[in-house]
Amino acid sequence: MRSFTYERAKTPQQAAAAVAGTPGGKFIAGGTNLLDLMKLEIETPVHLVDVQDVGLDRIEPTEAGGLRIGALVSNTALSADARVMRDYAVLTRAIQAGASGQLRNKATTGGNLLQRTRCPYFYDTNMPCNKRDPGAGCAAKDGYSRQLGVIGISESCIATYPGDMAVALRVLDAVVETIDADGETRSIPIADFHSLWGDTPHIENVLADGEMITAVTLPRPLGGKHIYHKVRDRRSYAFALVSVAAVIQPDGTGRVAFGGMAPKPWRVAAAEAALPQGAAAVAARAFADAQPTDHNRYKISLAERTLAGVLAEARS
Amino acid sequence: MEYNAPAGKNLFDNAKVVGKPTRRIDGPLKTTGTAPYAYERHDVVPGQVYGYVLGAGIAKGRIAAMDVSAARAMPGVLAIVTAPDTKPVGKGMGNTAPLFGGRDIAHYHQAIALVVAETFEQARAASSVIRVEYERQKGAFDLASAAPGAPLDTTRGGEPDQVRTGDFEAAYHAAYVQLDERYTTPDESHAMMEPHASIAAWEGEKLTLWTSNQMIAWNKGSVGDILDMEPDNVRLDSPYLGGGFGGKLFVRADAVLAALGAKAAGRPVKVMLQRPLIYNNTTHRPASIQRLRIGAGKDGRISAIAHEGWSGNLPGGSGENTVQQTRQLYAGDHRLTANYLATLDLPEGNAMRAPGEASGHMALEVAMDELAEKLDMCPVELRIVNDTQTVPDEPEIKFSDRNLVRCLREGAERFGWANRNKTPGGLRDGRWLIGMGMAAGYRNGPVGKSAARVKLDRRGRVTVETDMTDIGTGSYTIIAQTAAEVMGVPLKQVTVRLGDSAYPASAGSGGQWGAASSTAGVYAACVNLRRAIGEKLGFDGDAATFDNSRIAVDGGSFALTDAGALSATGEMTYGDFQDDYSVGTFASHFCEIAVDAYTGESFIRRMLSVCDAGRILNPVSARSQVIGAMAMSVGATLTEELAVDKRFGFFVNHDMAGYEVPVHADIPHQEVVFLDTLDPVISPMKAKGVGELGICGPTAAVANALYNATGIRVREYPLTLDKYLDRLPAV
Repeated sequence: MRSFTYERAKTPQQAAAAVAGTPGGKFIAGGTNLLDLMKLEIETPVHLVDVQDVGLDRIEPTEAGGLRIGALVSNTALSADARVMRDYAVLTRAIQAGASGQLRNKATTGGNLLQRTRCPYFYDTNMPCNKRDPGAGCAAKDGYSRQLGVIGISESCIATYPGDMAVALRVLDAVVETIDADGETRSIPIADFHSLWGDTPHIENVLADGEMITAVTLPRPLGGKHIYHKVRDRRSYAFALVSVAAVIQPDGTGRVAFGGMAPKPWRVAAAEAALPQGAAAVAARAFADAQPTDHNRYKISLAERTLAGVLAEARS
Repeated sequence: MEYNAPAGKNLFDNAKVVGKPTRRIDGPLKTTGTAPYAYERHDVVPGQVYGYVLGAGIAKGRIAAMDVSAARAMPGVLAIVTAPDTKPVGKGMGNTAPLFGGRDIAHYHQAIALVVAETFEQARAASSVIRVEYERQKGAFDLASAAPGAPLDTTRGGEPDQVRTGDFEAAYHAAYVQLDERYTTPDESHAMMEPHASIAAWEGEKLTLWTSNQMIAWNKGSVGDILDMEPDNVRLDSPYLGGGFGGKLFVRADAVLAALGAKAAGRPVKVMLQRPLIYNNTTHRPASIQRLRIGAGKDGRISAIAHEGWSGNLPGGSGENTVQQTRQLYAGDHRLTANYLATLDLPEGNAMRAPGEASGHMALEVAMDELAEKLDMCPVELRIVNDTQTVPDEPEIKFSDRNLVRCLREGAERFGWANRNKTPGGLRDGRWLIGMGMAAGYRNGPVGKSAARVKLDRRGRVTVETDMTDIGTGSYTIIAQTAAEVMGVPLKQVTVRLGDSAYPASAGSGGQWGAASSTAGVYAACVNLRRAIGEKLGFDGDAATFDNSRIAVDGGSFALTDAGALSATGEMTYGDFQDDYSVGTFASHFCEIAVDAYTGESFIRRMLSVCDAGRILNPVSARSQVIGAMAMSVGATLTEELAVDKRFGFFVNHDMAGYEVPVHADIPHQEVVFLDTLDPVISPMKAKGVGELGICGPTAAVANALYNATGIRVREYPLTLDKYLDRLPAV
């Protein structure tokens, strides 16, 4: 870990200004991912702006009939909120499938969206990694890739977005709200928030330097059955091999997004439209362009089978 | 005291303390966080500073250049010890890979520098600005490609490790059924809770290491060999360990670097190997390839059995004896067992909980399941008909006390084995495929010489001192029970001090010999103390009865306190009569598993182990040993694998997130039964170890249950869903 300076901002705009005004500055909220990465020198910020005093810790109804979740609402609080459990159960189930109780107590809504990949080569600074060191090459592509991405990846990087919460937010069509140093705000649909790697895998989302997440809003409830199925090698404290977030209506239509497959929660409109035809039809459309390795080819059939199980659960 | 004939009836047969369920006497220290583990021993020496280890970034080659100038200029840095500037240190017992020094790199994350600084954070920060240039060399990192040309293993005793009895090939070809299968097990990490850690302080020529080590007497000598100093100038102190599993049998880089760092800095230095270093810097259970061929008659009797194992290690390292249990477990006139050893450039393979046998059962006991299916025979019955009371390759050697058949029958009864579904893949409960599996288990029951000192004070308190270690196993408690029993005092009147090389040398903790050996040594010391008391008070200590803090002698009695303060040492050694016996421990293991028919996720539902290990000294801590081993077995079967990158030559998943040991949710229900047996050959205690028996077989029981659930046989561990997903029923 490199030495760094530290300040605590009082308002979101002040925080944004502090980060924007300091080269090498970064926000810190729960720190459950950032601090680990700093200890390993994968992240080497020179200045941390702690946002824990800026508020943004409430879940409030919106005029549109949805919910506005402050960026600093903890994973634990969000997953246990009665309105979320009732109207957005896929979100509760996704969050509770992630990490551990202790980590969920510290992890925040905004920070969780920004958690970085768990590719083991990204975590070992002796290994070439385009995400850590642009232009260095990718050790994962021809290496141990069993848990890595199969679609939306590139020659530069085959890592996945590792989280669970965002996969549920993707089927809910959540919107990420931000503020910048000038006080300008914008709303970014979750679909557009995370970037595919392309040639720039070190760029993981569309946030500008110093732009801070202030909230995530959920549209009005969708109804339907909310299911999140996370498949992993052990029953807790493991990242998804594949996960499926789904909201299924009584007529068999619905929404579905996949985690563990791609640089972002993977939701394909044409695939989703095939939901009434079953899992195979959805998977064929969702993963038509997949480029798996020999190690992770299984993920495609696993995604299809997991969805089949989800659809069976929805019917039951 | 020499133990030179099987024990007759003795005081342990009427025990009041030994054998009774007893809570750990060190439990309160552990549950309040006050047990002094190596890295937190802030009070033992003032002025402690921190060392941070830099591991090599390549698997094989040479350090061309190392620049530490920037690191030296960092705040708080007191000293930097670098490998190129240090003459390679020596090797201690059990060491294969170089521990430190010189420019050559033998494996990934080999220690190449230690930064000593006032704080941990300063040391860590400075280590990150050390610049290293390497000359990479090609290495051999793939066991599968190295195995075919590998010679027979000669690392155990110097002779090629191959045993033939009868004519295996002829009998195999003539057999009614034949089985010929290959199995692979991956490299595994001990992944113990407490990483390797040491605090070192020099006082002139004398070195004290407060450390985390299983074998104090061995390693006092080893530190002398490694650092080229007199062992008498070395003191090791290791009263508590947060797990060892064989990974702390020998001296590792933490102790060496703490000593070198302390010398360089002129201050006491503490070093804990950082978690990401554990997997590649230290030792691991090596991967294996195993081939089983079994021929049997229509009645299930084995006529021919061959088990061959291949493993790899660094040059000079030993091989994994995966065939050991096959030499003991089943009858069969025509036999071939052999181990082959390839040379690899991966990190050092070494002992991990039941080395050889843990992996060996993962092949043998699945092969037996497969054989039972070919014979259309109950897997329990197949094992029963092949039981033996003599060692198959050496029929003149009989088992000292072997109750495998009882384990099998009692396990089957308790688990409801008769009610199982016999058709693989044939039992469905909603989305779940349900299966049951079983396996037999064998682990040898070693015992070794062990000494202790026992002191009696004026208030009648008894204090035991021995360099025995408690690696989480419960040594403190069984030693206290033994002393309480022999000296006739309540358990709370006994104090136990362990792990200090200043104390008499014990057998230490390893190979599941610790409990049997160390308590026998304490018994020997207590007998000597009883004799000393008798001498002082004028009676024959061997003829007196010590009970309830009183001494009954012919025609009178004394209070224990009448003896005043006395002390005695004693050592139990073993005569060669034991060579006429094979001393082993036996078990049956059962598992029920549910497999998600959609996703292939497997969930253990319940497990049972029935163990035959002689007298159980403390059923509470013995059970704890076995359930821990059962959990470790689940990890070994379903999730644990050090993934090898065959290009870069290292274990890729080198942290607790990537190397997946089971979590609580993976282990819902475990039951352990100990048969009420006694082994008079092993020691006066008639007790054998259980800590490694518990990982010999549950693995195969899980694997066989997975097969019974799905109808899919996977022979490459771990049995992760990607290996069978495509063979599950269509959805």
